[in-house]
Amino acid sequence: MPKKEDRKLLILTPAPHIKMQQDTRKIMWMVVLSLLPPIIAAVYFFGLYSLALIAVCTITAVGSEWLFLKARKKDTSAAFDGSAVITGIILALVLPPRLPLWMGAVGAAFGIIFGKQVFGGLGQNIFNPALLGRAFLMAAFPVALTTWVKPFYWTYPPDAITTATPLALAKFSHQITPYAKLFWGNTGGSLGETSAFAILIGGFFLIYKKIIDWALSFSYIGTVFVLGGILWLINPQKYPDPLFHLLAGGLLLGGFYMITDMVASPLTRKGRVVYGIIAGILVIVIRIWGGYPEGVMFSILIANAIRPWIDRIFVPRRFGTGRFIGGMR
Amino acid sequence: MAILRGFKGGVHPPYMKLTADKPIRRAGIPEVLYVPLQQHAGAPASPLVKRGDKVLAGQKIGEINGFISANIHAPTSGKVKNILDHPHPVAGRSTPAVIIEADGEDSWIELKEREDYLNTAPSDIVEIVREAGIVGMGGAAFPTHVKLSPPADKPIEFVIINGAECEPYLTADDRLMREYADEIADGSYLVLKAVNARRGFVGIEDNKPEAIKEMRRAFKKFPQFEVVELPTKYPQGSEKHLIKAILGREVPSGGLPMDVGVVVQNVGTARAIYQAVRFGRPLIERVTTLTGDAVAGPGNYMVRIGTPFRFLIDESGGFKEDPAKVINGGPMMGIAQYSLDVPVIKGTSGIVVFSAKNVVLTQEGPCIRCGRCLDVCPMFLMPTTMAKFIKAGRFDDARKIGLFDCIECGSCSYVCPSNIPLVQYFKYGKAELRLRR
Repeated sequence: MPKKEDRKLLILTPAPHIKMQQDTRKIMWMVVLSLLPPIIAAVYFFGLYSLALIAVCTITAVGSEWLFLKARKKDTSAAFDGSAVITGIILALVLPPRLPLWMGAVGAAFGIIFGKQVFGGLGQNIFNPALLGRAFLMAAFPVALTTWVKPFYWTYPPDAITTATPLALAKFSHQITPYAKLFWGNTGGSLGETSAFAILIGGFFLIYKKIIDWALSFSYIGTVFVLGGILWLINPQKYPDPLFHLLAGGLLLGGFYMITDMVASPLTRKGRVVYGIIAGILVIVIRIWGGYPEGVMFSILIANAIRPWIDRIFVPRRFGTGRFIGGMR
Repeated sequence: MAILRGFKGGVHPPYMKLTADKPIRRAGIPEVLYVPLQQHAGAPASPLVKRGDKVLAGQKIGEINGFISANIHAPTSGKVKNILDHPHPVAGRSTPAVIIEADGEDSWIELKEREDYLNTAPSDIVEIVREAGIVGMGGAAFPTHVKLSPPADKPIEFVIINGAECEPYLTADDRLMREYADEIADGSYLVLKAVNARRGFVGIEDNKPEAIKEMRRAFKKFPQFEVVELPTKYPQGSEKHLIKAILGREVPSGGLPMDVGVVVQNVGTARAIYQAVRFGRPLIERVTTLTGDAVAGPGNYMVRIGTPFRFLIDESGGFKEDPAKVINGGPMMGIAQYSLDVPVIKGTSGIVVFSAKNVVLTQEGPCIRCGRCLDVCPMFLMPTTMAKFIKAGRFDDARKIGLFDCIECGSCSYVCPSNIPLVQYFKYGKAELRLRR
């Protein structure tokens, strides 16, 4: 007969009884950490106002998540799991450096509420919440969202000197920005996209920590590079070269931080590669033939939308089914 | 020369083989033993004794009942106190057990030794194994005679002896290979003969170099066998993955190793076969690893079947810290116990006792679709998708995407950053589907 004290003492949980030391919150905060280089670059090139914009977006994202969870009578600690912080920071990084703070707040709240919470919160969203927030701002405030400033004019708006982004210069004025400027970030553009250098540091950190799938980043960025290269070879006068495609605009930021959003990307490696290729094609289509100079945001949002379809097609071959390996002896 | 082969998927939990250097020690015989009539996959044995009967060590007390079942023998001499429901380490509830009051004599039934045991006829080997109540000793406890009797249309080409011992903490097979390599070799040869196989392999993970060395030496006399060093990765000890790693063959979905011409036996089973064929000894004892941070005397013990966990722990020095969790088996697939009165059975490869600081209590969070469960699933399933189906009550949808292929290794639960108890959902889903059938 079992003795009574055992029932009190012994804990019954299902196997496995050991766990890998890695949880969702740790992953999220690791991503936040990886965003530091682009944040530092943003402050360096566009001044302390960048920090204010990042802070407002982040606080609004976390705050609106908290309020929404509270209203739905859910566990409000989920607002502090790091994922809303990521959404806030990433949204700020894809906004123009002198965007009015309140607009940033509107975008962050929209992204969290309509991009994430209405779907059921973390893990349930179809679209990348930060990009949805930006798409909303783009529709609501088209002028503010396309007003860029020159780097190193660290004054409060509206004194800053406006400029065009390298992609717009290339598309509408056939003016190519030097690679060095693009690489270090000394150009017009959204807060976090200008410095390829800073993004690569953060991106490779995420790959090293196995938080993002390198195959997805590379299939996306690689597709843009290859397609851009083909067009350039066909007509170098008309089309920008592939390296320019890579360094100008938000491709790297999107390729390392946004398309890799695990919630919105496919489950299998094969699916992720195809997903990256589709999004990459969309970038080129929009950049070359579309009305906008930049296609990263829409390419990722459209890819987000077709993700469920990719997940249905690309399923792993189950062990012991399909193509059989006959053995080697 | 090390030939490293492997399989796709799996995880690398810390080895924690704390007892690898502890030689096998013979545990004492308790005053009362609880011998469950079901210690194997299949039907429980029918009792052959009744209250008050005197029994001798090795005497058959439970009769095989149907094709997939196994005999049960008295682990020592004494008197049958009763046949009552008693807590069972695997069933998770109490099941009928023969309760034996040991007389302290440990007198045995008469054993017949075979001189020329290596030349035993195949059909005799199978019969002896059946009579001796031998079951798979790696944990699943599938009756061995059934594995040794493949139907005529499934010829067996290869025998694989499983010395992978991929569960963290457990060292019973490691020690057995180091200390009883010759007996394992003879037993393995008997398996090869019983199924008329062409060649044999012994698969051992490369974190057990001493065992590999000793087994290579012992198997020299059987040129049909090759000892294969395998990369250490969980669940290398799964039959299907052992076959995949060594032969490159995949057991078809829903099939058995015999479908690809293979029979797999654990090293402990091979030794039990040797003991049965040569000395006529039925399976009444096994090596089990007692380990974990809460026990004072961790080690590898030769224990009589039916010995309560409490007895073995007390005899080895008791608890060093308050036990919070007691596991039958290893920490990846083992079962947490609600009582220390559960007995060691034929499949008890280890007893892991954790104090509170080693017990991870987690809260299930939302799936963030990171895909890690898909990356580690050695059966190439989609654990998160199956779990979502099961949570939604869509059991048939879960079945369609491979629920019954799941080997319940726990790799997905182990890596899940959201602490979703994936395997638990799969066990529940399978039970639910079986119930509906």
